[in-house]
Amino acid sequence: MAGKTKDEILYDHNHDGIDRRGFLKCMAWAGTGTLCVMQGGVLKSFALNRPGDPGAAVAKGELSFVQISDSHMGFNKPANTNVGGTLQAAVDKINGLATPPEFLLHTGDISHLSRAEQFDNVDQILKSTGKQTFFVPGEHDVLDDDGKQFRERYAKNSKGTGWYSFDQKGVHFVGLVNVMNLKAGGLGSLGHEQLEWLEDDVKHLKSSTPIVVFAHIPLWTVYPEWGWGTEDSAQALGYLKKFGSVTVLNGHIHQTMQKVEGNVTFHTAASTAFPQPEPGKAPSPGPMTVPADQLRSYLGITNVNYVQGHGALAVVDSKLG
Amino acid sequence: MRIRVCISSLAVPLLVVAMLFASGKGSIVNAQQAPPAVEVKIDNFSFGPVAITIPVGTTVTWTNRDDIPHTVVSDDKVFKSKVLDTDEKFSFTFTKAGTYPYFCSVHPKMTGKVIVQ
Repeated sequence: MAGKTKDEILYDHNHDGIDRRGFLKCMAWAGTGTLCVMQGGVLKSFALNRPGDPGAAVAKGELSFVQISDSHMGFNKPANTNVGGTLQAAVDKINGLATPPEFLLHTGDISHLSRAEQFDNVDQILKSTGKQTFFVPGEHDVLDDDGKQFRERYAKNSKGTGWYSFDQKGVHFVGLVNVMNLKAGGLGSLGHEQLEWLEDDVKHLKSSTPIVVFAHIPLWTVYPEWGWGTEDSAQALGYLKKFGSVTVLNGHIHQTMQKVEGNVTFHTAASTAFPQPEPGKAPSPGPMTVPADQLRSYLGITNVNYVQGHGALAVVDSKLG
Repeated sequence: MRIRVCISSLAVPLLVVAMLFASGKGSIVNAQQAPPAVEVKIDNFSFGPVAITIPVGTTVTWTNRDDIPHTVVSDDKVFKSKVLDTDEKFSFTFTKAGTYPYFCSVHPKMTGKVIVQ
């Protein structure tokens, strides 16, 4: 039975009458710029960027926020010699959204080499959104100093190596750190102390509270050969079993990917800097160089909407160009 | 004419070999005095060669040839590089026999081994 539960929704936790097949059919479009939204209990998908785009109207709910990821400020290799320009394009896209987001989430690899001027550049570009940004570190943000600079800049009131939680309009957000103290041969890691904190952080919450967990490395095993997973994520997700709606937002793999497992919906966001190959489709997960005129079609932002009364959050990936 | 050309083209490498022999003694002495050195390249998120066996006193130099930064960190904390950006190097001299497993602390799936005899 354990094997069977892994890939199937065993109960209709949202009471929206959507089977797994229907949901995945919709989600399959997400990476190409599609909006999936609950409407009257029915999941509908709309292509973005088409005349009369219905996205903005139907997506309007209690809470809207944007996830960006992997801006790699300081990277200057052929895959993208102007990562500042593409981050600016992401910000322009955010500023142009019909429903302005309440805030931004940045799921790590803000900088390429953890240098102060690289963080400064990102801060400067994000400033024009006028929105607060919540950060979790990527492995590129904690080089050589165990994340000291990251925490001083972005996570002053956090616990441990930089984890924290907050509430917005009834949704509980949890920012986790899985890029510290990595062991030889291993995957991303949360560690005992953080797991204990997480268990304690969510235990007082009602099971009807929508949960959004965000961390850099995927909290599901995308491709262990390339380190695309977190070794103790199952324990973290175990603490979230009682909740009807859990949305997990990650970065790290520089491409959009979705997976539904029971009450949990997993998403990875595109990078704003450069794409990486699909799992196993290249000798290594290094930067993928694409024709310059196609680069922006591999980069993007993720817009997330929460409509009260509908369990699942609507997650929309859209390209920069 | 054709035969002469062939002979002269053979003569050149023979001459070079003869010159090497002539100066060979001094070269060997110099090689023995210079500390042994071994290179490990980082390409495509891998250490190459992934395992090396070296005599005590050898200096190993790692060079990152990827577009992404890496580190070289001993599992047992014997050595630890700073982050290496593209084309940056890290060297460590092994003065004690033993087996030294190491990895990239940024991408821990990358592992290697130095065996010092």
